[in-house]
Formats: sequence, structure tokens, C-alpha cells
Amino acid sequence: MTYRMKLWVGAGALLSFAGGVALATSPAPRPESLQATELPRHKVPVSKDGNLVVGMCDGETSLEVKGVKEGQSLTREQAARVSAELMETWLKKNPDANWDPAPPPGVAQGQKQAPQQKNPPMGTQKPATGGDIREGGVTAESGGKEVRKEAGVNIQDGHSYGAFTQRDEAVWAASTQQFVDEGHRVFHDAAAVGGTIAVSCDMCHPDASNTHPETYPKYQVQLGRVALLRDMINWCIENPVRGKPLADGDPRLRAMEAYIYAQRKGTKLEYGKK
Amino acid sequence: MGNKFRSIETKHYEERDAFFEGLKRLDRRAFLRVAGMSAGIVAGMGLRSPQSFQLVNVAEAQGTKPRFSFAYISDTHLYEQKLNDRFIRSILKAVDDVNGLDPQPDFVLFGGDLAQLGQAGELKLGAQILKSVKAPVRMMVGEHDWFLDMGELWRDLFGAPNYSFDHKGVHFVVLNSIHEKDFWTERKLTPKERMQIVAGLDNGIQSRFEVGGEQREWMKQDLAKVDKKTPVIVFSHSPLYKYYRPWNFWTDDADEVQALLKPFERVTVIHGHTHQLLSNRINNIQFHGMLSTAWPWPYAPEGLPQLTVQMNRPDPFSQFDGCGDGRMDVLESGLVDKLYNLWERNPITVRASYLASGGKQDAPPRTKLPSY
Ligand SMILES: [Fe+2]
Ligand SMILES: [Fe+2]
Repeated sequence: MTYRMKLWVGAGALLSFAGGVALATSPAPRPESLQATELPRHKVPVSKDGNLVVGMCDGETSLEVKGVKEGQSLTREQAARVSAELMETWLKKNPDANWDPAPPPGVAQGQKQAPQQKNPPMGTQKPATGGDIREGGVTAESGGKEVRKEAGVNIQDGHSYGAFTQRDEAVWAASTQQFVDEGHRVFHDAAAVGGTIAVSCDMCHPDASNTHPETYPKYQVQLGRVALLRDMINWCIENPVRGKPLADGDPRLRAMEAYIYAQRKGTKLEYGKK
Repeated sequence: MGNKFRSIETKHYEERDAFFEGLKRLDRRAFLRVAGMSAGIVAGMGLRSPQSFQLVNVAEAQGTKPRFSFAYISDTHLYEQKLNDRFIRSILKAVDDVNGLDPQPDFVLFGGDLAQLGQAGELKLGAQILKSVKAPVRMMVGEHDWFLDMGELWRDLFGAPNYSFDHKGVHFVVLNSIHEKDFWTERKLTPKERMQIVAGLDNGIQSRFEVGGEQREWMKQDLAKVDKKTPVIVFSHSPLYKYYRPWNFWTDDADEVQALLKPFERVTVIHGHTHQLLSNRINNIQFHGMLSTAWPWPYAPEGLPQLTVQMNRPDPFSQFDGCGDGRMDVLESGLVDKLYNLWERNPITVRASYLASGGKQDAPPRTKLPSY
């Protein structure tokens, strides 16, 4: 991952948190596209009295600060007043957006909270899994209604998983499947796993049967030590398959682990089982 | 590879082998002394001896001397020697086994899957090795022999894949039960690709095994000439019943084939392909699987016949464990006691009386380490 991509992903994460917006995880744009298009600028109107005009991060709202000239800086109190006023305007424009109010300054977690609405009984509402993707892309109000429904429900929130869409989940499932499929390929291909005598894993383990990943870690009598699944994969690669053991980070080893575990979905974990 | 890692089980058997080997060299007094000290080992030994395959004939001990015996070698899955010598060592071990039988078996059944990928080099190598079997060899075809050239070379080497013969009052029928409906033409697969797919047990692209209408008709004609009281033994590579479809432990037209055998009083089916200790009975038909010399298959996750006593899980650290060959003792009744000669383990006999009694009599030794 390049540094620029990291920046982009970071920005995406910030966006998705701001306003509790349910962002669709589209494939990360290629970094070149970032260079090619100029980012939109917020052009604020010019004050006819030469006052300072402050633009809001939504790219639309702005506020003329009376008594402060362009080029002068705001005091801390003035700045706080300006941002509060901008926020109020924005909320009026976007009544359905769900904006978590900033905690009052100085109140850290675990300390006495500002008075809040009493918790309603829990369990009456399920957490939203995020709304459908809106036509026209993500707006300030995307997903806001779902979040509002949850307001006041006695349920833990604030983590990222609650804010993803079905499409996100489909993308995750597909990526996982791709990983497993790659494992299937390696498992069924003697050459891919580095075998020298045309013996592949599936020849003794159709559908990864009798690989019993659920029994590891366990004391492997024949090795005289405690083994993990990957130790046994490598043992098989070295012996019946007559290849070279794979390094821990080898993508083929990781993919095979993925495939083997996937085949045992639903099997009870019983590490140490004989 | 091989001998660097030995399981405790394997070591244990090796020690016992050495012990009994040593016994042979002792005089009688020394024998009694050692035997006294080692009573525990002897008691725990069961049928085990270094030459157990030939020395232990329980049928004789029980006074139910067989009419005759035949041996088998099955599922050798040979690659050419320059690619893989492991499976070649295994078939040679099996040939040594059957050649060492005393008395010699009336014939040796080869159970199919001689080759791994149907290559000429593999089939010819197998044919060459089997020439060193002293007893006459009866050949059967497996899917690994067939799907590269649809049996062309196999037929050149060994003749027709389905035939029948009579031996000492028993009627034998040999089937080609690995036919598959065409899955390759529409997909435009090359013969090699077709073979590779069939060779993958868990490859779902292929069709299910079947005997097929034409061969069933032949079988019907053949059996029409046989008295219904004559014992019938059928050799089939696929199990001739429905065990586990995804791995082709399965014959699609098994019901139709079983119907043809129904009028006969005593029928035994001996099959390959499943590479495991496998027993079943459906009405009048008893079924026995054969061991492979190349590798054991795990038991399928479902569908295992109730009468099957699983063989213990094979030890992957021992090349030969879970593999082997065996012998069929055809009893006076015409039914079969099936001896599994599991290499590096105690042999196991699955008796006709066990299957006939629905598991009530003569149960084989219990499984200690079943499948996961
Ligand atoms: Fe086989
Ligand atoms: Fe087979």
C-alpha cells in the first residue's frame, strides 16, 4: 500500500464516522485519479464591508463575522461562537442528519456526564445494519434516519461494523471466498504447493476431510511436540508431497489454512483432541 | 522419507514384530522362559504375527474350511517411475504379499485404478509389474485407467472390461462400473482435462458412476443362464450401492443392478475405489470394499453403512499405514469371509456370518480411533 493510498483510506474512514453516515465501501480509487482531478474548493462570498467570511466543511454554508476584518484572526471565544452558529445553520438545512453532539469540554469518559435522557428498556429495537445505498451517492443525510431510530435505545454503538451496508458485507464475503478458493486451488495442485512427485493434498483429503483443524493445537506424538495446523500442513508438504515447507507468511500456506478451516464450518473447536 | 517419524503405534508393532521374529530363533526352553515373561504381550497380540497374512486362517481353525481363496491387489494409482516411486514400492509390496501366500490363492483380482492418470506409461508399467504375480490375475478397470482414452489402451492390454467366469461352483461377474455421462464435450475439455477432473475425488464437475443400460442388459443375459442357487460374486470398481455421492462412493444405477441380483440366494459384491475397510449388506447382497496400496481415503462425512466397522485412522507418518491388500475365503456356502491385510497392523476379517446376522455375530474388532 502506498503512502497516498493510506491517506485516501484514512480520509474515507473519517468521512464514514462524520455524521454517522453509512458509506458504501467502493473499491478504493486508484491513486492516479486523485492526482488527476482537482479537489473541490469552497468559494466563500466576499463581504462588502471587508469582514471575515468563514466557510463550513460542507462546502456550502458560510458566515460573515461582524467586527472582524478579513486577515484578522478570531479569538477562541469568537471562533467557538462562529462554529456553533454554522453548525446550527447546517442542522436546520439537514433535519434528518444524525449528528452526535460534541461532549462538553472537560468531561472525559467515566466522569459525570451531562444530564441525559433516561435509558429506555433494552432489546426492543435491533441495531440498524445501514440503509440502502441512496441514489446520487452519499449525502449528509445518508443513513441518518436509521441512526435516528436507534436514538435512545439502550444498545452499545459507536463502533464501525454497525454502520455498514449489505453491499459492504457482500464485498467482505466475496473477498473471504476468494481467499478460500485460492486455498482450494493450491490444495488440489501438486505443482502449486511445490510437490515433486505429483501428489496433491486432495489425494488423501478430499474436501479437506480428515485434516481436523479443530483439534489443533495438540501434542503431535509423531513430532514429539505441540503442533498447529500449519505444522501439519508443512509436514505433509515435506513428506508425502515431497516439497519444501512453506514460510509462515507464504500466501499459499495462508490460503490453504483458509480453505481447510472453511471446510469445517460448524465443527466444534476442540483443541488437544486426540 | 518415511522412517524418520514413526508413530507410537507403528513403533509398538515393530517391537512386537521383532519379538515374534526373535521367538522363531529360540529353542523350546528359551521360548517358554520368554513366553512366560511376555505373557502380556502374547495376550494382547491377537492375530498378529510377522507373516499374519498367510499363517492366520481362522476359517480353518473354526472348522469352516473355505472352498477356495483368492487374493486381491487394488487401487495402486501408479505414476511413471521417474515421477513417483512411492506408489511403485507399494504395489511391489502387495505383489510380494500375494506371491508369499501359502497355499497360493486360486487367482488374484486386480480391483481397478492401476494407473493414476490413465497414461500409457502408467498402465504399461502396471501390466509389467502384475506379470510377476504367480497366480492368474483377473483384471478390473477403474476410472483412473479409463478417462484419458476411454479405455482404449486398457482394453488392448487386458481385454474386455466386463466378463464373467465360473470357478469351483461360483459364478463370477466382472463389471465396468465407472461409466460417466458425458460432461466433457459441451465444456470442450481435452482428454487430459477430462482425466484430471475424474481423478479428483472431490471434483464435482464430473458425472456419477454408472454401470449403464447396455452393460446391465449384458449382465441380465449372462445371469439368465445361471441357476438361482449358484453363489454369485460380482467384482465392481464402484461400490454398487449409494454411500456418498459427492465422492462417487456411489453407483447411480445401483438399484437396477441390485434388482438383477435379487433372484439369487447368495450374492457378494467385492468393490474397489473407496480405499478403506467397508462392509455392507442390502437384502441378499453382501458388500466388501478393498484396500488401496497407494493411500487410504477418509470415511465420508455421511452415508456410511451401519454394518461397517471403521478401520482406525491411518497414521500419516507411516507410508503404508491404512493401505494393504487382502484375501477372500469363499466358504462352502458360497459366501465370503473378507480378510483385510492392513500393512503394519493387525489384519481384520469381516465374516459372512457377521453380515448375514446383521452384525449380531462375529463382529470384527471395534474401532479405537474413528474418523474426525
Ligand atoms: Fe482408487
Ligand atoms: Fe477409483
